[in-house]
Amino acid sequence: MSPVLNKSMESPAPTSSSSSPLPLADWTLPGIGLLKGMAVTATNMIQSYYRKDRMTTVQYPEERAPISPNFRNFPFLVYDGSDAMAGLRCTACLICENECPPKCIYIVLERDENGKSLKRPKVFDIDVSVCMNCGICVEVCPFDSIYMDGEYELSTPDRFDGLLFNKQRLARSTDYHAQLRPLEASEVATRREAEADKKLAAQAAKAAKANLDKQAKEQAAAELPAAAE
Amino acid sequence: MISDPSMSLSPHTASSASMPELDEDELLHVSLGPQHPSTHGVFRMNVALDGETVVSLKPVFGYLHRNHEKIAEGVTYLSSMPFTDRLDYICPLTNNWAYAQAVEKLAGIEVPERAEYIRIITAELTRLINHTAFVGFFLGDMGAWGSALMYAFREREKILDLFEDLTGARMMSNYMRFGGCRNDLPDGWAARASVLVNEFPRFLDELENLITGNEILIARTQNIGALPKEVLINGGITGPMLRAAGVAYDIRKAEPYGIYDRFKFRIPLGAVGDCYDRLMIRLLELRESLSILRQALDQLPEGAYIHPKAKIRNFKPPVGEAYARIESPKGELGFYLISDGSAQPFRYRIRPPSLINLTLLEDMCLGLDLADVVLILGSVDIVLGEVDR
Repeated sequence: MSPVLNKSMESPAPTSSSSSPLPLADWTLPGIGLLKGMAVTATNMIQSYYRKDRMTTVQYPEERAPISPNFRNFPFLVYDGSDAMAGLRCTACLICENECPPKCIYIVLERDENGKSLKRPKVFDIDVSVCMNCGICVEVCPFDSIYMDGEYELSTPDRFDGLLFNKQRLARSTDYHAQLRPLEASEVATRREAEADKKLAAQAAKAAKANLDKQAKEQAAAELPAAAE
Repeated sequence: MISDPSMSLSPHTASSASMPELDEDELLHVSLGPQHPSTHGVFRMNVALDGETVVSLKPVFGYLHRNHEKIAEGVTYLSSMPFTDRLDYICPLTNNWAYAQAVEKLAGIEVPERAEYIRIITAELTRLINHTAFVGFFLGDMGAWGSALMYAFREREKILDLFEDLTGARMMSNYMRFGGCRNDLPDGWAARASVLVNEFPRFLDELENLITGNEILIARTQNIGALPKEVLINGGITGPMLRAAGVAYDIRKAEPYGIYDRFKFRIPLGAVGDCYDRLMIRLLELRESLSILRQALDQLPEGAYIHPKAKIRNFKPPVGEAYARIESPKGELGFYLISDGSAQPFRYRIRPPSLINLTLLEDMCLGLDLADVVLILGSVDIVLGEVDR
């Protein structure tokens, strides 16, 4: 088998001077190609001592590579105010539990003694050994209550309970969120404020309307006996 | 269409023509894999050897089967998106795109222009990752473990950093949505991508200097594993494998999806279809991807990154079926979906390029040495996540 160079390859326009392979028709000393390759290796080795873009190893525990602000790891739950369990935004609506692709979320709704929903989770567990960090729970949550954490040092000697995060472990303050993802947190905060204002306004409007309706009813009630007579 | 019987797809016609009759007892049966350093994952080849020569080769796969298609029929359309990342885990973003495209076709969702540009940019960056990593692994299969792969991974790292800033994860991106993308480009991302695209040719020159003139590489790869065009076409081979044999078939040109028809780029073609051609095709495709990237980053418009009416929750496409395909770095990646109107697909089927490209492995290897088998398997460029699903 004699090496044949495939000459009819439709090659793109040469973008640089040194890109095309050596055509064997222009026969050169055997080993030139090898030496050229070794020159590249040598350049890389020497430059790895002083060129920043060639030095790629980060000495991990002592120095840490910067984490991207978009980096996502495992979910956490946000609470408002200072009491973590009372302030949880989660309403136990089960949307994230249903949408979670590997089904790693387990939620039990808290109910009072009459069986009425209290709209908060009694149990909110995430099995992080199953979680695949996709972030779909964040996207589908209508209550801005779940977000992705950036924490990555999570090793534990206990592979069952140590990796099953309950709601106490998952709860994080709004400040933590703001520090982790300032952009996303401020966006959410302004939207929530606007929604709260809207809700207040709607409530006020409703109250005013109810008031008006009541007045109209009273008036009608007052007129009714008169008409009957 | 094929008159010559030696071009039939039956694995034994080719062998019986070229190989002498052998006593079964004299053959050496070797099980290559499933945990073999050069099998690119858990993949086994049962090889029968006469001395060093391959007499028969039976691929065994399924070690990485994880029920992806059936799982997808039990979860919502959106929930399948992160699972598609794990198909061909070297290029998650093209997998995302193919799936998003299938669902968009099914539900008739429009994609805003900016999202189309973002998709093309991420897909071509993915092609850069795949092809540079391919070169490194291919050299590794040849015995040059080290330099080429390390240089390729150094460049891949820069692209993965970009992906991490954009999608939040280096590999498991879960980025495309039905009707656009999950989030907009972060500030300064496009500028950083432009810098990377402008610096990349320098690395390509370095890589080509390192390998393409190498006499050992030429001796090992030329005239190894070539098959006639007709056999490749009949076998359903797509992607660089097919183009290396000189068949001008690229879905980006043959059936432009997204906005590929707006860009100027060429399809490199090989002549012989041997391992050398397959390597060179990838190197040339890298240059063309860079030219697409340059055009896309220059033209990137402002606007919405996702269709304003795109639904995230409670997404139910109408009853129907759709097949969408894209030119993934490894070949034609297609998704076939049947909807019964509920939130979950009735049928979810993937046409993975890696699996189909593997089907002719025995035909390529017969009559060659055992060392060439490893090389040919490397030149097919498979990822077992996609083969087994």
